Amino acid sequence: MNIQVIIPMIIFLGIIFFIGFWSSKKLETSTGGFLQEYFLGGRELGGFVLAMTMVATYGSASSFLGGPGTAYTMGFGWVLLAMTQVVTGYFVLLILGKKFAILARRYNAITLIDFLKVRYNSTAVVLLAAISMIIFLFSAMTAQWVGGGRLIESLTGMKYTTALFIFAVSVLVYVVIGGFRAVAVTDAVQGGVMVVGTLILLIAVIIAGGGVPNIMQDLLAENPKLVTPYGNEGNLSAAYVSSFWILVGVGVVGLPQMAVRAMSYKNTRSMHRALVIGTIVTGFIMLNMHLIGIFARPILPGVEVADTVIPLVALKVLPAWLAGIVLAAPLAAIMSTVDSLLILVSSSIVKDVYINYMKPNASEKTVKRMSFGVTTLLGSIVFLLALNPPDLLIFLNLFAFGGLEAAFIWPVVLGLYWSYGNKYGAIASMFTGIISYIALHFYNQSYGNLFGVHTVVVPVILSLFAYVAFSLLIKKTKYVF
Amino acid sequence: MDPRFKIAHREALIGVGLAVVHFLWWFGFAYGLGSRPVEEYTYILGFPSWFFYSCIVGFILVAVTVIILAKFILKDVSFEDEGDEV
Repeated sequence: MNIQVIIPMIIFLGIIFFIGFWSSKKLETSTGGFLQEYFLGGRELGGFVLAMTMVATYGSASSFLGGPGTAYTMGFGWVLLAMTQVVTGYFVLLILGKKFAILARRYNAITLIDFLKVRYNSTAVVLLAAISMIIFLFSAMTAQWVGGGRLIESLTGMKYTTALFIFAVSVLVYVVIGGFRAVAVTDAVQGGVMVVGTLILLIAVIIAGGGVPNIMQDLLAENPKLVTPYGNEGNLSAAYVSSFWILVGVGVVGLPQMAVRAMSYKNTRSMHRALVIGTIVTGFIMLNMHLIGIFARPILPGVEVADTVIPLVALKVLPAWLAGIVLAAPLAAIMSTVDSLLILVSSSIVKDVYINYMKPNASEKTVKRMSFGVTTLLGSIVFLLALNPPDLLIFLNLFAFGGLEAAFIWPVVLGLYWSYGNKYGAIASMFTGIISYIALHFYNQSYGNLFGVHTVVVPVILSLFAYVAFSLLIKKTKYVF
Repeated sequence: MDPRFKIAHREALIGVGLAVVHFLWWFGFAYGLGSRPVEEYTYILGFPSWFFYSCIVGFILVAVTVIILAKFILKDVSFEDEGDEV
């Protein structure tokens, strides 16, 4: 790996650090209270930053390395599947939307769990939600962290430990000192890097392949199934691909890292702008990235490890310095996911557990020290775990995405829109969601997918029934918003 | 009920409606045109027609719809409760 690839990355990290310091200055001069400022950016996000932080938080290592790698192997069927993510661009904001923003302000909620706490008025709901969130997101974070280390390792040729250390320090510095605002603004920069990076690479790949019709001829000559919606071996069924509408589309409403963003914006104008920008940017990035994956096939046949398709093809079709800029995009994607999870888990420990139950009247100074301390400590633990990830974490990470969706989607969405939803429904729904998700995961592993759909579908339906049934059966009450 | 919630409920329903129409468009073109034998595929700008309509045109139409929604349909409301802060 040569120095021309590394320089753009160093410049990129420099900009990220600068934003961290700028945000920490804002933190000192803020008037809205430390917690709201540190964990929610003072509810001041504008449309552009809001859109970008949603896209960037959501678009992780899988969209930038794994996804395109799978498209390389499976063909257009996987691009079709990836495009189900466009719906997240508008769905999360339209569904949670104004009502969530109004109620979050009324309840003075800083975290998603603050909202659940007031809505359901139940300690059990808070603890259950906080514990599942901390466990699942902690594992997801470690997995992403490993991905970041591996990426730097493969790009620079450094040892994994060194690469991981550089990654960890970069993320920790700006998240700890700058809080949510630093996370959101760096996400905006990282999102910009992703848009520009994927566009440059897509154009270069199309030119290298001799134009789209030419690439299509090459694919048809190799295996005609690559240009069908059914995958290279014809094993992507319509039902399976469609079920990703729940996993990576509408179900994303239930992810705490997305929900918290829906309470961070300044006003409805920011929200409307974010809807437009978020939809366009998500679609643009996903389409580009996955087309790059499939178009890389004729240019670079025989890549064994799918995750390396993007770095390899970038180095092949671009001059080194430009490849450096483009490859900052997957790094940006990983960083922007990790930073959001870090600040979210930290907020959950400080606000949902410590302030709620251990020290309700902690002074501003204590809270400040706790927040910085917990964030740093969490980051350090994740770093140590990522050095040699324990099997349990890798195992938990399998459920992080779908499991959280199945657990949170109904307590959040129906908690907002259905007056009869109560704490019994919420508790039953969370238990049902997580347990049925884990159980079904094992079933699908041994016997193939039940009903031919992704694991997430059935638990989401079961947890809906649990929510409605328990809300109506036990102490049915009408909640007045 | 808080009149702002009426607006919020209406807009959440718009979100659900858009997602349903989006899904039907995506599914209809992908599997409607894509289930033919590969030899009968037609190509637009080099892309197989099922993919072009389902993913590229579909994405553009959704983007245009969202722009129209944001400009003309969605309403501005205040997030603060009245009388809370002056």
